Amino acid sequence: MTTLTYEDVLAKYEPVIGLETHVELGTASKMFCGCSTTFGAEPNTQVCPVCLGLPGALPVANEKAIESTIRIGLALNCSIATWCRFARKNYFYPDMPKNFQTSQYDEPLCVEGYLDVDVEGTTYRVGIERVHLEEDTGKNTHVGTSGRIHGADYSLVDYNRAGIPLVEIVTKPVPGTGALAPEVARAYVTALRDILRTLGVSDVRMEQGSLRCDVNTSLNRPGEEWGTRTETKNVNSLRSVERAVRTEILRQAAVLDAGERVLQETRHFSETTGDTRPGRSKEEATDYRYFPEPDLVPVAPDPEWVESLHAGLPELPAARRRRLVDELGVSAEDMVHMGNAGVVDLVGATAAAGAPVGEARNWWLGYLAQKANEAEIDPAELAIRPEQVARLIALVADGSLSTALARQAVDGVLETGHDVDAVIAERGLQRVSDTGALEQAADDAIAANPDVAEKVRGGKIPAVGALVGAVMKATRGQADAAAVRTILLEKLGASE
Amino acid sequence: MSDLTRLSAADIAASVAAGEVSAVEVTEAHLERIAQVDAKVHAFLHVDTEGALHAARQVDVRRAAGGELGPLAGVPLAMKDVVVTKDLPTTAGSKILEGWRPPYDATITKRIKDAGVVMLGKTNMDEFAMGSSTENSAYGPSHNPWDLTRIPGGSSGGSSAAVAAYEAPLSIGTDTGGSIRQPAAVTGTVGFKPTYGNVSRYGLIAFSSSLDQAGPFARTVLDTALLYETIAGHDPRDSTSIPRPIAPAVSAARDGAGGDLSGVRIGVVRELGGEGYEAGVLASFDEALGTLKGLGADIVEVSCPHFEYALPAYYLIAPSECSSNLARFDAVRYGLRVGDDGERSLEDVMSLTREAGFGAEVKRRLMIGTYALSSGYYDAYYGQAQKVRTLIVRDFEAAFTQADVLVSPTSPFVAFEIGARAADPMAMYVNDLCTLPASLAGTPAISVPSGVADGLPVGLQIMAPALQDDRCFRVAAAFESATTPVLASIPEL
Amino acid sequence: MSEPRISRDDVAHLARLARLAVTDDELDLFAGQLDVILGAVARVGEVAAADIPPTTHAVPLSNVLRADEITPSLPREAVLAGAPSVEDEKFRVPRILAEEA
Repeated sequence: MTTLTYEDVLAKYEPVIGLETHVELGTASKMFCGCSTTFGAEPNTQVCPVCLGLPGALPVANEKAIESTIRIGLALNCSIATWCRFARKNYFYPDMPKNFQTSQYDEPLCVEGYLDVDVEGTTYRVGIERVHLEEDTGKNTHVGTSGRIHGADYSLVDYNRAGIPLVEIVTKPVPGTGALAPEVARAYVTALRDILRTLGVSDVRMEQGSLRCDVNTSLNRPGEEWGTRTETKNVNSLRSVERAVRTEILRQAAVLDAGERVLQETRHFSETTGDTRPGRSKEEATDYRYFPEPDLVPVAPDPEWVESLHAGLPELPAARRRRLVDELGVSAEDMVHMGNAGVVDLVGATAAAGAPVGEARNWWLGYLAQKANEAEIDPAELAIRPEQVARLIALVADGSLSTALARQAVDGVLETGHDVDAVIAERGLQRVSDTGALEQAADDAIAANPDVAEKVRGGKIPAVGALVGAVMKATRGQADAAAVRTILLEKLGASE
Repeated sequence: MSDLTRLSAADIAASVAAGEVSAVEVTEAHLERIAQVDAKVHAFLHVDTEGALHAARQVDVRRAAGGELGPLAGVPLAMKDVVVTKDLPTTAGSKILEGWRPPYDATITKRIKDAGVVMLGKTNMDEFAMGSSTENSAYGPSHNPWDLTRIPGGSSGGSSAAVAAYEAPLSIGTDTGGSIRQPAAVTGTVGFKPTYGNVSRYGLIAFSSSLDQAGPFARTVLDTALLYETIAGHDPRDSTSIPRPIAPAVSAARDGAGGDLSGVRIGVVRELGGEGYEAGVLASFDEALGTLKGLGADIVEVSCPHFEYALPAYYLIAPSECSSNLARFDAVRYGLRVGDDGERSLEDVMSLTREAGFGAEVKRRLMIGTYALSSGYYDAYYGQAQKVRTLIVRDFEAAFTQADVLVSPTSPFVAFEIGARAADPMAMYVNDLCTLPASLAGTPAISVPSGVADGLPVGLQIMAPALQDDRCFRVAAAFESATTPVLASIPEL
Repeated sequence: MSEPRISRDDVAHLARLARLAVTDDELDLFAGQLDVILGAVARVGEVAAADIPPTTHAVPLSNVLRADEITPSLPREAVLAGAPSVEDEKFRVPRILAEEA
């Protein structure tokens, strides 16, 4: 099999993507019982007859979960059902206490919405097919040398997570994204996450599993019908969403180019390798035997209630961005950039704390984004607050800190959790403004580098950089590079 | 035999409240009766001697301290084993739950305890309430105290037998398609299935969630009403529980006992009678109509054309729901585990456990239900059955414009011999012909003894509109007042 | 006599779906019995009900909801007391073949 480049593939095939996102709601209690939903409790301490599926126990739906689902639907421009029901999805699995999942089938709470996402200057409208409410499962731990289900000796089940309200958001198939399919997929999940966070309905922490994605991908030749899709599960970071789509596009293209057929199957994404591997095929096709849940009664949201929820929605990220474009005076393109990097709110908050918006943008898209990337976390999860960033920007502006010093201060805040001024004091990050000390350092640098000094005197101005570096090093970065440069050029009788 | 076991619940409660007898004495008398006769009757799967005496002592202590006693305080009761009881064995008549001691109480268990009713133990039943004879119990059948070779009805046959055998004046059953009314009929006791939603299902091991309803057995209509009022009423733990007060049953029973039914229109359902019904049953029913007329009631004939589809609809809906309800018995969290040799997969262990833990009738229904819910068959089977259900509801609504209550025989047959119908599932299913419509419509219905045919009791079913449960009690009490007590002719055990 | 609705293979398939390790004898027995039962219940199809709404709840209620409030969970000893096998305060189960649905 020849290896195709991504560009080769996209010249021959058009991808169609689709996403199913599961969001654990941040309610205090579970979907159908009063057990706590707190993450990280001791195993099997947050269970009761209902969520343990004990014989005789019955569910009662959590009003807040219904409300949150409707709010999500409204934020995604959906129609809200005037009458709908829960249904039982029947299948045996040990993490599911009743061996059926209480979910919604042909009567979801919210249908027919959309979410617009911007990628590289183009707006893609991602259709939302449905938003429905169901319950989460417990957690299996596989015991054995492999640590995975395959090859495990046995498994252990903890039901603390069982019954936590779970919202499933299903997109319609998204065609027409071409080579940008991976980016559009990522941008969609990013935008969705921002909305969910803004609504305050979930803590949307992918690493803790409160936001989980399944990615559907298919390829077709231009003008032909859509191809067979695969469903990639276990995609648990924004970066992985992008990688998983790309991986599947490349894999499916290789299959098609070899004259074979893509199998409709579930595949599992590996965070470590970036590959997808097939799930074990089931011996027979799954038939979930859905039927209306007889232990629950229909949910018929009162239109007035829905209207009041609509009126009470917070300003959503897209609207906020439009407003910030105006208020902050950043370009629309910049705003998209900031949106995809997940720093819009951070920039906004930094500006609100008194920093010029351009500086705030530069910091959050620059050094701070780099730190977040190194730590493999979202910028919002960095242990530095927008007010602290604003303080640093102010200190640079008034000349108290150089940019280099300010970066050191950021490092200090991230490492120690101390406040900006405390870090500056602890680490002695004072700018050297004592002209005498700087002149001495400049003289030392010239003396130590006579060849360089001669070049500068001879008119090779850019060579002064090496001397500036020497001075900065001697002052441990605490001098202002521009001032040092001026002093050196003066001493060498050269001018720009 | 101790006289105390022959008293009605109302009389026992009055005697306890008056200090004429202690709750402990009453309880001891019944425990003694159980010790004497239950080896023959096998009404009980578990007798909780210690717990019963403890509960009785508490009633006596409360009384001695001048505390208020409820209308059934100190009265013994037998609980169907499908109702969850904290720390007491609860098996639903199945091997798969053998040894399970639940960590919680059903709402009705709690209400019974709170009322000072003394729970003697748990009664036998068809496995997971699937059956009409208790022959499907994994622990062997119960025997009809009228004739020990015969069935006491089912699925609540242990509860009906316990009351008929004077082992308890009260018992709790559950009725999904007739499982209270038919056992009441064939044992000469009174059994009531309330409006769906009037008694909490929280803690009832589910058979068919949209049909299951718990209710009382007793030897008198008044006792039945007293127990019903004790367990009924809204429960926030059951989403299908009706959030308003029930129609008063005890006052209706007292009213009716006056024996005046003038102005009451009683509808005879044309489709519930005739071919396939035993002659003795039909004769007793005709006699009952005469009695009701004599009490001043107007007898009218009504037609409910879709009732003939109640049986097929029921035998689709109930198996479908149970195939899902019983999926939780999987050898993981509680109950039996079979075949775990360290090599077999969970899937295999689960299948072996369910194979070993469930009896034949349960397996049949699990497979019928699995079939009926399958994507290719859903519309023709489960979906269509739910539509037939709507038509049955409409038949009732139309009939209730012509009549205040409807009557029919409770069962086409008197108690049959143990084993007589065991080989043919369909022959067993027709036991429910008369009781199924009210189950599907969720409407209340009571069975009262109407007489004896060939030495075996026959029951009269009285059906009322949804939420009008009181009508059942009023008419049943009037009827009772005009008939000789059937249980008076039960042979000594 | 019409074709049976349910063959031995159908019973085997249903038994697998219902997680019942039925024996060979049972396959024969149940095939006959299920065929009779399904033949009888198929009579619901005789009723013309195309425009009739289904009844799933006998007494119509809607919007029965609870406030989002925490109530006490069970003590862990009670949770695990009935389990066939327990390890590290979790339910221990034999190795699982199928992957999650």
